[in-house]
Amino acid sequence: MCLAIPACVEQLVAGDSAIVNLGGVRKEVSLALVEDIAVGDYVIVHVGFALQKLDPEEAAQTLALFAELGRAAPE
Amino acid sequence: MFAMKYVDEFRDGALARNIAANIAREVDPQRRYHLMEFCGGHTHAISRYGIADLLPANVRMIHGPGCPVCVLPAGRVENAIQLAQIPGLILCCYGDMLRVPANGGMSLLKAKARGADVRMVYSSADAVKIAQENPERQVVFLAIGFETTTPPTAVAIKQAQALGINNFSVFCNHVLTPSAISHILQSPEIRQLGVLTLDGFIGPAHVSTVIGSRPYEYFAEEFQKPVVIAGFEPLDVMQAILMLVRQLNEGRAEVENEFSRAVTRDGNVKAQLLVAEVFELRRVFEWRGLGPVPYSALRIKAQYAAYDAELRFQIAAVSIPDNKACECGAILRGVKHPRDCKLFGTVCTPDNPMGSCMVSSEGACAAHYSYGRFREKVS
Ligand code: SF4
Repeated sequence: MCLAIPACVEQLVAGDSAIVNLGGVRKEVSLALVEDIAVGDYVIVHVGFALQKLDPEEAAQTLALFAELGRAAPE
Repeated sequence: MFAMKYVDEFRDGALARNIAANIAREVDPQRRYHLMEFCGGHTHAISRYGIADLLPANVRMIHGPGCPVCVLPAGRVENAIQLAQIPGLILCCYGDMLRVPANGGMSLLKAKARGADVRMVYSSADAVKIAQENPERQVVFLAIGFETTTPPTAVAIKQAQALGINNFSVFCNHVLTPSAISHILQSPEIRQLGVLTLDGFIGPAHVSTVIGSRPYEYFAEEFQKPVVIAGFEPLDVMQAILMLVRQLNEGRAEVENEFSRAVTRDGNVKAQLLVAEVFELRRVFEWRGLGPVPYSALRIKAQYAAYDAELRFQIAAVSIPDNKACECGAILRGVKHPRDCKLFGTVCTPDNPMGSCMVSSEGACAAHYSYGRFREKVS
């Protein structure tokens, strides 16, 4: 039940909710646990609630780390 | 196929090979690296993407107890089944709970088949809605899970209060990640018997979005074990393994955050404040596999007692031993592997689970059944 993917906020709706796109599926989720969400933001959705907004710059830095070449083996 | 941002890039095969090569280059062949992934979501990713196969032989992943369905003791499941049998009551729960076996092979699903009104909900808010639509009936939400599902439960209770819904209550089984990690590190298997060596932890993804990275600083310091918080995608897990290998090689025991795109040091403060308003610590709570763990779970505060199903229905504690042949307990402590269980894959399968580790897709047995056993057969 913890498995989830980042969802794109497509539309804000009344009552502190949003319509998100979860890999092609549109779904209404609660924004009761987050703040300052705008259309186009990516959020982590869990059991119908957005838990956190994703930071695009941090994501880019992490992807860059994956591409780095490793260090030499320890002596 | 629909391109998925923040997903596809984190599953890229060429990058996976690069990280695998980095790990292979940097591990010290003279030592062993025993790393525990605490969270069931990581267990699932490791099995699904065959990450163990990409690691050098001296890097071993050990599954931890971070599957919320798997750690709920049979006694609490029995409580829920009894609740569901109260005439007129509607019991709402997350889908994963339906097939968890309790006493004599009974489950919520079987209780439902025999007439109990058990409803699967996707969100705690759905349970509030059901209460609103059925004012003449009692509606109980079976709340389970770690720090990720607790804030939604708090929202549901506050929502019921705001709407003046008084036929809604919560059977609270929320548990805490940091206490479980400490408990494992203090267990006799690690401290005295030396059965289990743990060199470092992969910290949970979603739990950490809520609690932040700060709560892990204590273990890193107190137990001198490195912790790297990782996202759920396969590359996240591999990079976290590389970061743990580096820390161990350099003799460091720090908290590092691979999942910085979603986890901050402070976490989601809004969610934390809501949880603190509605819940308080239980002195002790029983976990399947770990036994009673001090200060490891939450209960509803007196101020919200009207929404506490334990009080409303006077739910009494029952303790039910696990099926003797089921090794879930030892597996949840990291001491055994699913393949060590005699029932695995024969008597016990996802369609007919004997233990909770086989029920949820995040459970070690279910993950190994779905993705692991075929590979092991050929090798
Ligand atoms: S295979 Fe089934 S019986 Fe064996 S440990 Fe896993 S859940 Fe328990």
